[in-house]
Amino acid sequence: MGPMAAEAPALAVELQQARPIPLDVRFSLEPGELLALVGPSGSGKTTVLRAIAGLDPIPRARVVAGGEVWEDTARGIRLPPQRRRVGMVFQDYALFPHMTALDNVAAAVAAGERALRRARARELLRRMHLEGLEGRLPHQLSGGQRQRVALARALAREPRVLLLDEPFSAVDQVTRRRLQRELVLLRQAEPIPTVLVTHDLEEALRLADRLCVIHHGRTLQSGPPREVITRPRSAEVARLVDLPNIYEGEVVGHDADARLTRLRWRGHLLEARLQPDFAPGVRVDWVIPPGFVVLHRRDRPSRGERENPVGGPIGELYVLGEQAHVTLLVDGEVPLVFTVSAHAARRNGLAVGVRVRVSLLAEGIHLMARRAQGEAPAPAQ
Amino acid sequence: MDWTALVLSLQLALLTCLLLVPAVLLLALGLRRLRPGPRRLVQALLALPLVLPPTVLGYYLLLALGRTSPLGQLWEDLFGRPLVFTFEGILLASLIFNLPFAAQPLIRGLEAIPRHLREAAWLCGFSPLKTFLRVELPLLRPALATALVLVFAHTLGEFGVVLMVGGAVPGETRTAAVAVFDAVQAFDDVTAARLSLALLVLSLFALLLLQLVEPRRGSHGR
Repeated sequence: MGPMAAEAPALAVELQQARPIPLDVRFSLEPGELLALVGPSGSGKTTVLRAIAGLDPIPRARVVAGGEVWEDTARGIRLPPQRRRVGMVFQDYALFPHMTALDNVAAAVAAGERALRRARARELLRRMHLEGLEGRLPHQLSGGQRQRVALARALAREPRVLLLDEPFSAVDQVTRRRLQRELVLLRQAEPIPTVLVTHDLEEALRLADRLCVIHHGRTLQSGPPREVITRPRSAEVARLVDLPNIYEGEVVGHDADARLTRLRWRGHLLEARLQPDFAPGVRVDWVIPPGFVVLHRRDRPSRGERENPVGGPIGELYVLGEQAHVTLLVDGEVPLVFTVSAHAARRNGLAVGVRVRVSLLAEGIHLMARRAQGEAPAPAQ
Repeated sequence: MDWTALVLSLQLALLTCLLLVPAVLLLALGLRRLRPGPRRLVQALLALPLVLPPTVLGYYLLLALGRTSPLGQLWEDLFGRPLVFTFEGILLASLIFNLPFAAQPLIRGLEAIPRHLREAAWLCGFSPLKTFLRVELPLLRPALATALVLVFAHTLGEFGVVLMVGGAVPGETRTAAVAVFDAVQAFDDVTAARLSLALLVLSLFALLLLQLVEPRRGSHGR
């Protein structure tokens, strides 16, 4: 391979089609990077995986993996799945039901003597902590064991790309954590670019280096998970990553020295982190993740209280584990969600109907361009 | 006892199985590539012999295979003997009236194999042929067994079509089922009773065999 190949991304994908599911997706991955595709069901996530593997033809597609062009419809190139070195874990694992765990894995080991292939398969099963189970048929294995056989089979191909389609959805919580840990350890050992499809946002945040939010087959935003969930590009992305507290306001002006952007929201003049791309007078959507909402303590006022104070009665309060989830009705009308520790909620006497004040930390206030004309507007307050 | 008729029946049943089941398997594989519309039409055609009265089916076969039909003439030119009222004729008829009994289990069996398994095989590097031989064929074993047993048993029992196309030429087209009819007509109660019992036992045995095969179906599925 020439020096050019070394600089090319480990996986580059561009997909476009109008039907049956509209698709307009592009991304590229560095070696060892894990990209999580998230989005509601039917958004085209699985279609993207299948297209990379060559299982579904896409009218306009370009897939380049490890310097090999697998698909380039503009040049009439389309390798069949057999010739793409893809390791895929299907949602239902798709283990061959009539073959033992060992034979399932050995089937994917590239040509070689039978004894060698089985030795390689044995080694992979051992790495997946499945020694002793080589002779079992898939239906004699637990869900988690089957998932690991499927992963071993995917790795047996020495893949240039690993594709995981909701691989943890069919196992219980404990098994899921263990499998996720193994995936992370595996990725430390082998820098294979990985695309993970999941509808579980928490899982995506835990595992992914990058998050790609897909809706109706379109990439809405792609970036580091932290960035996507604190700085979504649009109210639509904010809603898809399950952020509450999405509102509509008007930019008043910027103060470059104080590194602030001023925002009018209902009767309030709010100070936000400086976001000079929005001209004064422009209407924007804005969002504040719950972690940036700080409760004013009744017993001991603190310094943060000057920062965007708002108040109102509590409309809803429930405790999940250690966390109390509070919905404050700002000015008695607009719901604002935040969390405090359960004991802080008790100490402060929080209950439905109790009036409290909170600060909206300027650092957490994120402005988003309003949607283009013709698209359904977001229900924002 | 009319051993000739019984042996003829068994020959006919075995040959039908050997010729028909592989052919229908290929057909079922091809069917998968069709769009849903044409596929439904072909499936309906394959099931037709199931609902047609045997005499109607026999009548059409007689028309198609008769000495004046193109097929009948071609056959006679090639082999020097007619199709109707010969063993080859009833074999051909048997292949046709057994179509649904081979097609239904095989089509269902193929449908029951999840698409993901085929795709997983491709992603293991398996060619379509290797995918068929190493993944699909082993999973089709119960369906193949069902098709074989059903075709075998049904051939033993078919009466109307065989009589229409083959007449009742001893040693040539007079199968056990036809021979029972002839024996009853001739008040030969002993022959009728023995042949009937033989057919009863054979059919029961085939169905028991089927029950041994069937429970295994789907146990692979999970």
